[in-house]
Parts: sequence; structure tokens; C-alpha cells
Amino acid sequence: MGNYLGVTKEQQEEMKHVLNIQSTDDLYRDIPDSIFQKEGTDLKEGLSQLEVIKIMKQKAATNTIYASCYRGAGAYRHFIPPIVDLIAQKESFVTSYTPYQPEISQGILQIIFEFQTLICMLTGMDVSNASVYDGATAAAEAIAMCVEKQKKHVLISETINPEVKMVLKNYEFAFGIELEFIPEKNGKTDLHALPSLITENTACIYVESPNFFGILEDLDTYSTLVKEKGIKSILGVNPMSLGILKSPSVYGIDIVVGEGQPLGIPLSYGGPYLGFMATKQELVRKLPGRIVGETIDHDGKRAFVLTLQAREQHIRREKASSNICSNQALCALRASVYLSVVGPNGFRQVSNSCAANAHYLAEEMFKIHGFYRGYPGEFFHEFVSVSQIPSNDIIAKLEEHHILAPLPLSENKLLWCVTEVNQKEEMDFVLSLLKEVSEDGIAI
Amino acid sequence: MELLFEKTVSGRQTSYIPELEVPFYQYEDKYLNEQSLDFPELSELDVSRHYSELERRTFGINQGFYPLGSCTMKYNPRFHEQVASLPGFCDIHPLQSLESVPGAKFIYEKSEELLCKITGMDYMSFQPAAGAQGEFLGILLIKKFHEKNGEGGTRSKILIPDSAHGTNPATAALCGLNVVTVRSTNEGYMDLNHLRELANTEIAGLMLTNPNTLGVFDPNICEITKIVHEAGGLCYYDGANLNPIMNIARPGDMGFDCIHLNLHKTFSTPHGGGGPGAGAVGMKELLKECYDEVWKVKAFHGHFLVVVRALCYLLTLGEKGIRDSAVQSVLSANYMKKQLEDTFTIKQKGFCMHEFVITLEEESKNYGFRALDVAKAFIDYQMYPPTMYFPQIIPEALMVEPTETESKETLDYAVEIYKKVYQDLKRDPDSAKDYPKTTPIHRPDEVSAARNPKLRWRKET
Repeated sequence: MGNYLGVTKEQQEEMKHVLNIQSTDDLYRDIPDSIFQKEGTDLKEGLSQLEVIKIMKQKAATNTIYASCYRGAGAYRHFIPPIVDLIAQKESFVTSYTPYQPEISQGILQIIFEFQTLICMLTGMDVSNASVYDGATAAAEAIAMCVEKQKKHVLISETINPEVKMVLKNYEFAFGIELEFIPEKNGKTDLHALPSLITENTACIYVESPNFFGILEDLDTYSTLVKEKGIKSILGVNPMSLGILKSPSVYGIDIVVGEGQPLGIPLSYGGPYLGFMATKQELVRKLPGRIVGETIDHDGKRAFVLTLQAREQHIRREKASSNICSNQALCALRASVYLSVVGPNGFRQVSNSCAANAHYLAEEMFKIHGFYRGYPGEFFHEFVSVSQIPSNDIIAKLEEHHILAPLPLSENKLLWCVTEVNQKEEMDFVLSLLKEVSEDGIAI
Repeated sequence: MELLFEKTVSGRQTSYIPELEVPFYQYEDKYLNEQSLDFPELSELDVSRHYSELERRTFGINQGFYPLGSCTMKYNPRFHEQVASLPGFCDIHPLQSLESVPGAKFIYEKSEELLCKITGMDYMSFQPAAGAQGEFLGILLIKKFHEKNGEGGTRSKILIPDSAHGTNPATAALCGLNVVTVRSTNEGYMDLNHLRELANTEIAGLMLTNPNTLGVFDPNICEITKIVHEAGGLCYYDGANLNPIMNIARPGDMGFDCIHLNLHKTFSTPHGGGGPGAGAVGMKELLKECYDEVWKVKAFHGHFLVVVRALCYLLTLGEKGIRDSAVQSVLSANYMKKQLEDTFTIKQKGFCMHEFVITLEEESKNYGFRALDVAKAFIDYQMYPPTMYFPQIIPEALMVEPTETESKETLDYAVEIYKKVYQDLKRDPDSAKDYPKTTPIHRPDEVSAARNPKLRWRKET
């Protein structure tokens, strides 16, 4: 039905006349007959916009949108100020290309420059790139920054997000690097086991804090150990935690990465999201992806350009440090707008609210008979519960009330996530349901 | 223009969430951030105006002709944005049970079905976030295939033509393969003799874009894939240039084993100022088992909302609309090319596919104006310049891809301007460096930007 062609049938005939052809098939003389699909009658027509919108609305409506959500594990439901959506829908931002022509792309370039600055402020690091695909690929790219010909051994904590773990395992196969896991102990990276795992070929170590179980790692010990051995340290962070928790730069971390989705990006069934990467000044030329820099134009006016392109694939081809060519500009824009409208105080407030709500829920939950904390140790807005009641029973109970249950980690372990959108009344309701389950469970 | 940070006023703030209803949680000091965050302090109105001003400084497809060669800057239908913001698509968690998201399942299954049909593939994966990541997955499939056949150690070379996109060799090298470059003939086709020489038991496969970056369809394509297969290699199709041959010739029929598609080019999902895109990867049956081992190239399920948009496009156009778009992209490119031939030197002599390459090699020698100068001068006529200096094997190249969605009036206007700019520069080559004249900034100093990188704003102390 629709085809968005800019040319009418009549104009097509004029064009064919100019080209001196009878049929548009003549344009395809190079295609061998054996594979050429002639214009056929069996080609299906499309649908009108009205019909497509109707179908898509129907399909969207079959997906369950939970009234409340206690599942995180790498994707988080937060409040997104509507202005974020509206600015991210501006047509020029949506439809423009990578800003290769700076004279008519100052808008996008400045947006990326501001994003880089915001990420530096958030992490306390010196420099950031224009973003990469997601938190998992950011971790993989950070590792690629550290690996050298003679140093291909990489240590990764068992406590990192399993999605990230799977992506890194795949990169191991691709890059020919050697991954080794630092064991987990009580929900934390076992730092006592770390020294014996380090070899002279170890290039870097990757740890996340808060980790997959929500627990804050002992970053002081971690960074001291790593520094002693002269190995590069990579830290994965949840950006939302940095409203209150200590900046990674304080620990002397070399590369900070993370998933930027909590910063104004909807859950969207997992994508598109936003990988961010920040590092120290001395590693800037190893940083992959697009980077925007400030300069001046011929009249001395402030100008922004894509810079340090000598690192990139379109110049260096097989010698490039990464094959990355795009970034997540529109998602980076969302994060920038989010951080700009909430401001430093609003951001701290959201961060505090996540922590306070999560700690409230945890504290009240562990008063209920049969519910225990999975792991000791300080946490941000995720925690693990262990219960005598099977995980599936709890999930079913919450599901009855349109609540997206915590992520089951095993038959009796659940990973809970609480953010600023989970209000007290809602949490109290969940607690009452857990009490019911607990009593029913004990009655049996 | 001022940055967000330069507009900050201490204490300015909008409220978004309620005060705490539960006790404040006090962390021990050792966890707490003592430093204050320097984020800007602005009102919503300040932020709204800031981004409106930035929008005016951003050139989108909504503002004018965007003939970036190799980028397929076709119209991005606006209703896709509305569909992609439906709560049923936006507010679902990636770790929800599959039973709770039949709509998401439909999006993936229907898109897979339609794209397999267009490309002649058996399976389609939507994991990769972008074309380059699609290549990455494709090469991993090939690598895994040889490993499973006990040839992982011996097949370490990958054949790539000299006209390829930079991502091809970069991807192959990342995956530990040695890049071997295959020469092109003067017509822009792959040099078959050279290919035969190189195709041996050490090759893992071939990466090829067809039509290639010179905008020509290689008539020997079936022979090429046959040579590679006979040597035991697999063939990877870079779908960057699929647009002109959709429902006309299928990569699967050409003999390719796996492919990637750029949903943000061919299937009209917006480029977003550099992303997010999506790089769907198609494969034939023989690679399915390998896929099950190497599929995880990013977290969760790929760029779901991008796939939603691509499906809107596929459903609206139907098979016929898809084919008509392909044909029109070729017709429009040839129409423009034909009319520019009397002024410019154009590489392709016969019909091109969806794009063509102008070279200003002679002009830069004889008159002193370069491809860059011509490109910058176009900007003053409210059009985005063509892709510059690509493909790298053509000196002083400008690569023009008008796409099927541009009107004849736009193409006619562009032809007129291209010729006018050419004549203006020929008459007055000294003025070349002055263009563009109408933009918020003039040509920036890119050399000093790279030499003394200033990559973030800092508070003046």
C-alpha cells in the first residue's frame, strides 16, 4: 500500500525517458538471470498506516504491563520526566546521521559533548566517549582496551550480571583472550582469592558494584590489590547509585563502565539502551567509539567536531582498536536531558529514594517468618531473599496482583529490586502478600 | 552557543518525585560520596529552550536532501515513532516471562519471517545492536563453523575486497582473522583471477558488499561464492547496500551463507544522530547450530524498539512496496547521475545501482578545489553533502545516494545546484575554503581538536 516514493508514475516515465530505457528491468543488466526476480504478480501488497497502527496497538496490548515491578537485574523501571520523551522525539535529532559535517551538526555534536561531560561528572573520570551499545558491550570494549599481545589473561568476578558474563564469554571466543573467574563468597567477590589468580599475563580485572546481587563490593581492598600488581582495573557501576555512593574515581579505577538505561530510558524489552565508558586521560587514545571534542572555527567561534578519528575503523580498517562505528546518540540525549532536568539535587533525591525504599522493604520482609536475607553486606537498591517457600509460589502470588515479581535465582532465592517508583503503600501490599504466602506455607 | 553547564543557576530545580515515605537510609561514611555532583541546575524551561536551540543546529532528513552515499538516508515514517512509544512496547521488562509478552514475540517472529523472505535466509537474529556488531556475529558464526569441522586452527584468513567498508576488515581483525585484500577491476568488479589465486584451504571465508561501495552489482557474484565454497570457505554478505535489490535479487540465491542487514538504512529506522541502529543477522541452516553457541553479542534481546519500527515499515510496504522502493532508488540514482555526467567525472560508466561516485581528482589537480570544498558549498543550499572520501580507492570521491523517497523536484534542484557549485568553484577556486557561508559556524579547526583534545567541559577555577 504505502511506499513513501517521492516520484509519481508519470515522473517515473520521464526519468525512464531521460535514461532511454523501456523498463526499469534494464537498470539491472548486471544481475544474472538465474537469480533475478522479475516484477511478479505474486508480490503481496502492503497495508495502510491505519491498519498497521491497529495491528501494532493490538499486539502491544497483549504484552503485560505490570502495575508494579520488583524486578531489576540489569534493567530498571524509574520515573522518566515526560520532557525527556518530548525532546528525544524532535525530528532533527531522530533523523540526522552521525555528525560527519560539523557545520550543520553542531546540535548533535554539542549534545554528545555535554553527555561526555555529564558522564565524567557522574563517574569522576577524566574522559568519556559518545556511548556504546549497552552496558555489556561497554564492559567488553573496556577489556579490549586493556588486552595486549602478551597480556591476554582477564579476571572477572563471578558476581557480575549474567547477561554481561555471557557477552564476555563470547568475546573470549572472538578475541582469543583468556577469561578466568574470581569466585564469589557470600554474594561478594572473594578478594582473598584474587592475589593467587593474578599472573604476569593478567591484563585487567572486571568487577561490578553494586554487583548482580545488589551488594556493594569492597572497592578499597579491590583497588589496593590491583594497584599493587600494576593491573588495569575496570569497574561496572549502576549510574543511579552514584547519586549517593562514592565516585569510582576515588578508588583510582582505570575504566568505569555501565548501563545508562536507568537515566531516562524506558525498559523497552531490553533495548535500545546506553553503554557508557569513562577513563583516565592517559587511556584516551585507547577508548573506542566516537568522541566529540571542542575546537574553534576559522572565525574563532566555539565549535564541536568528531575527533581522535585516527583510532577508528573507517580510517585504520584492520588496524583499528574496535569495529564500532555507531553510538547510541539518541539514548545519550535522553540521559543528558534526564540529568539536566533532575539536576544534582533531584538526582541525589532519586538515588536516596531507591536506597531508602529498598532498605525499607528488605527490613520489613525479613521480619516475616520464613524470609531471610540471602547475603550479608551493604546494598543499594537490589537484594536477595531466601525463603522456605518456593520461589514459584511467591511469584505466582504476586503475579495474581499484576506485580512483576523479583527475579528467581533458584528454587528459594529471589533477587528484588526497588526504586523510587515503588511507593510505601505498594510495598506494604507486597509485604502483606508475602505474609499470606508465609502463613499458607507454614499451614502446609 | 553556551553549554548546559554555563547556564546553571545554583538552587534552580524542578520537583519530580515525592518526599520519602519511608525512613531515610543512612549509609556508613565509607560508602558515601562527599563530593557534590556538578550537574547543571536548570528549570524545565531552560532545558526545553536549550534543546530547541540545539535542534535548530542539527540537520535532519526533515530539513532537506540527505544523499549520504552508503547510508541510505530515506524518509523515516513518523508513525513508527508513535508505535514505538506505545506503553505495551516501552514498559515491558526484558526479563519478563515469554508468556507475558506475546506481542514482543510477534514482533520478532514476523520480522524474521519477512526478512528471511527478502534475503533468502533460513533464520534471522535481532541480537546485534548495529551493522558492525552484525558483522561481528557473522564472523563468529563462520569461525565457529570451521572450529566445529576441526579447521579452526587452519582457516585463519578472510578475503575482503579493497572497496569494502572499514568495518569489514576491522571486524575480521578483532575476531583474530588475517585480512587478505582482493583487488577490484577497473569496472569495480571483483578480480576473479586474483580471487582464485587467494582462495585456498587457509581461508575462513569472504566478506562482500553487493552492490559494492562503488554502486555496482557484481555480475560474477554466483561464480565468486562458488570459488569461495569450493575452497571450503563461507560467504558473508554485508547488507549495507541491500536497498536497490530488495525483492529483486536475494543474497541467499547469490550463494551467501550469512548476512547482516542495517535496519536503520534499508528498513527506514531512524539514525538518531549516530544511533541506535540495529544489525539483524540472517543465516542459512548450516550455521544454526553455531548460532546457538555464539549468539550473545549484547545483553537481552537486541534493540527491540528498532525492530518494532522496521516491522511497521515492512508491513506498510508489503513485498510490492519493498520492490518498488528498490527500483525507484536505482532509477533516481541513475536519473541524477545521467544529468551530472556532462559536468562531473563519474566512476560508473553504465547504469549504477542506488548510488554513484563522483571523483574530483582532475579538478583538485587543475583548479585546486577539492571534494571537500564542493561538499561544503552544497550546505549553503540547504542540503546535506554526499559522503566524502569514500570509497577510499577513489581519489577525491563524493558518493551520492539519493534514495527512493526524494521527489523528482528535489533531484532536479540538487542537479542544478551541483552544477552551479561546480561552475562557481571552477571560476573562483580561491573562494573554495570559504564555504559554507550560511551555517552557525564556519569550518572548524579539526587539526587542533585532535592535537589538543578538549573532550569535556570543566568549571573554570
